[in-house]
Amino acid sequence: MVPTNYYLLLSAILFGLGIVAFVFKRNIITIFMAIELMLNAVNLAFVAFSQALGRPDGEVFVLFVIIVAAAEAAVGLGIIILTARNRRSLNVENVNLLKL
Amino acid sequence: MSAELVIFFVLAGIAVFGAVNLIVQRHPIHSALSLIVVMVALAGLYLLMGAEFVAAVQIIVYGGAIMVLFIFVIMLLNAGEEERTNFSKLALYAGIPLAVAVTGLIAASMVGSKAAAALPAAAPDTLTSTRALSTLLFTEFVYPFELTSFLILVAILGAIVLAQREN
Repeated sequence: MVPTNYYLLLSAILFGLGIVAFVFKRNIITIFMAIELMLNAVNLAFVAFSQALGRPDGEVFVLFVIIVAAAEAAVGLGIIILTARNRRSLNVENVNLLKL
Repeated sequence: MSAELVIFFVLAGIAVFGAVNLIVQRHPIHSALSLIVVMVALAGLYLLMGAEFVAAVQIIVYGGAIMVLFIFVIMLLNAGEEERTNFSKLALYAGIPLAVAVTGLIAASMVGSKAAAALPAAAPDTLTSTRALSTLLFTEFVYPFELTSFLILVAILGAIVLAQREN
């Protein structure tokens, strides 16, 4: 029997590592993967709460999060391909069109 | 220490190791493979909690579809090693403590709250079956469920429009 708190703590740790990866990585694809990592951390918290409360609502939400993540991955990777084609680089520091 | 707790700590260790490896590795394909490790470990944790349908979807959709898409794009763009850029010292000395602080804040607010402490441990015998999940999905959440099919359609169209060559 694993206490629910352990799952929540693991979820928070994975979310924090996702933030660190998002901020410190310079490759645009890796930054996108950091977003997926954070979504996964949130899913873990959803399932943990769902099991603790004995209601399947949280798992339904996890399914929705996975669907939205799939849609996001399709569009996001399309944008990445377009950016890489225009800038000839995957480094986010070269993507500064909106910078003042 | 019960067997479930041992399995939990092994899977949690694998997940955290994969997430740290994602940050440490400099080649995007290594980061992608680390992320797959995290996702498979999380699927194992879902199984441990008794959410077997979510575990299967996690492996099929996340580990299968989404990560294959990532690896396709990495190979398509021939992504090489990440370039080291000299990011500011401020980012190093303020960013890492801030990231730790944010993690601690989230953990403290979720774990330390009275509501979370009152929650019972995830009991395998109260597991929600796939039948209960699908009943809920097709009755109470049927409109959001239909909307997601529309979302996927729009996303496919958007991806095609974005990625096609202009000439």
